[in-house]
Amino acid sequence: MFSQLLADVVSLWAKYGKIYLNGIKNTLILAITATAIGCLIGFICGILQTIPVSKTDNIFKRVFLGLIRVIIRIYVEVFRGTPMILQAVFIYYGVPYFFGHVFKSIWAVSLIVVSINTGAYMAESVRGGILSIDPGQTEGAKAIGMNHFQTMLYVILPQALRNIMPQIGNNYIINVKDTSVMFIIGFSDFFSIHKMVSGAIYKYFPSAFIEMVGYLTLTLVASFLLRWVERKLAGSESYELAAGDQLVTVAGTYNSPAKGSPFDEKSKEFGKPVYEPEEEAEL
Amino acid sequence: MSEHILEVRHLSKVFGKNEVLKDIDFNVSQGDVTSIIGASGSGKSTLLRCINLLETPSSGEILFHGQDVTKGGLSQSAYRAKVGMVFQSFNLFNNMTVLDNCIIGQQRVLKISKEEAKDTALYYLGKVGMTPYINALPRQISGGQKQRVAIARALAMKPEILLFDEPTSALDPEMVGEVLEVMRNLAEEGMTMLVVTHEMVFARDVSSHVVYMADGVIVEEGDPKEIMVDPKNPRTREFLSRFLC
Ligand SMILES: Nc1ncnc2c1ncn2[C@@H]1O[C@H](COP(=O)(O)OP(=O)(O)OP(=O)(O)O)[C@@H](O)[C@H]1O
Ligand SMILES: [Mg+2]
Repeated sequence: MFSQLLADVVSLWAKYGKIYLNGIKNTLILAITATAIGCLIGFICGILQTIPVSKTDNIFKRVFLGLIRVIIRIYVEVFRGTPMILQAVFIYYGVPYFFGHVFKSIWAVSLIVVSINTGAYMAESVRGGILSIDPGQTEGAKAIGMNHFQTMLYVILPQALRNIMPQIGNNYIINVKDTSVMFIIGFSDFFSIHKMVSGAIYKYFPSAFIEMVGYLTLTLVASFLLRWVERKLAGSESYELAAGDQLVTVAGTYNSPAKGSPFDEKSKEFGKPVYEPEEEAEL
Repeated sequence: MSEHILEVRHLSKVFGKNEVLKDIDFNVSQGDVTSIIGASGSGKSTLLRCINLLETPSSGEILFHGQDVTKGGLSQSAYRAKVGMVFQSFNLFNNMTVLDNCIIGQQRVLKISKEEAKDTALYYLGKVGMTPYINALPRQISGGQKQRVAIARALAMKPEILLFDEPTSALDPEMVGEVLEVMRNLAEEGMTMLVVTHEMVFARDVSSHVVYMADGVIVEEGDPKEIMVDPKNPRTREFLSRFLC
């Protein structure tokens, strides 16, 4: 039984391996690009949605921000609430219907549909991630004069990313699998190869077996990478003490500041202290 | 005649139906160290938060060098950069090292070059005795150390006034001293400060001016020696009797 399956799989792969790999390549490119673009959309929506509005802001700003929120709301509801397969045909045939054949690329439509879907899910995840961060962080940033975008970029999102990361991973895995619905407009992803090959030589099960192993490999690798990134984001638990002697060697007469009061006369020495150059700790 | 840095005029703040600040008037001049004291819920934090526009005043004016900042006489960011704030709960940026906490505002808000910002940050971190910890993250240092970093972060913006909202209230008793020491030294160097505090000894010995608030109004204000030793108003006397025996 299993030796038969093995033999079938090997012969199938020998003959169609290149075609399967090409399907995998298309699936991967679409899933990765669409996840990236979707995240970008999600972050932009999340940031725009959390701009604070107060009653004292001028009417133009309040209307504008209100409008942005409504538009994002509609976008999220429409794309979360309809099947992606339907969105694909809707756009693929809808655009030529209205505008003529200006634009009928299978790749472009697939990319747009999957990205926009991912964006709709990510918008909610990013908003949730932002709201999960202690408001004190925002106040600290506001108090030194940062505006909303600076606060988000340098303070809130780097912290929210730890909560958002698992969602990015989920979306990527969903995209690897769900890009298969793009066969409806003729996209040749990994799954469409199965239909093509098995239709030609009637080896349904061996081909399905290859597909299973292929998809599982793609998603397992993604899960593994994700765990690794999450661990990286958690950061190190220890820090290097910028030790006294390091300063002594360069500054000369300096004693550890822990010894004196913070403002004893030695504090003048602190004017041009030396530090270890280190990597940028920015986003 | 001394020019006031900050003038608060008829300031009031309403939350829903709750009038938390009622017609507050007071001035701050260069070098003043003003302690704001009063019972819990009297509106002290709200007053400070209105002053740096973390809360929007319901009515009244806040004049910074004569410009009304509540009406956008000065951009909100530019104004906040000139008015430092130190919070009870520190609010250090958890994703940055101690050093980067003191650099980011200079770099992004004041548009100072990274090198120059680093020098300034290191200078002020030195002043508060935090040089050894520049590479630590906020979660790796003690409360007293966090508050000293928060003070350095505010100072690095070279503010004209520094606001403190109960800077020692969240600290374990043995760490209160190190923070008060830093504040005392700042006061001696002539920093203009507005301090909400329950540390009556600090209010009496360090500040040049004391404001006693109750139920959203300023009940009594003046020289700390007079107010704290011989308050005129019976409410002030009653409040202080609970602290100074
Ligand atoms: N955002 C808010 N919404 C509604 N009410 C608020 C808000 N912030 C403060 N208050 C109310 O305003 C009043 C004054 O609060 P505030 O925090 O200014 O007092 P405080 O003098 O700083 O007290 P404490 O010494 O406890 O810090 C309180 O009754 C409080 O419940
Ligand atoms: Mg308070």
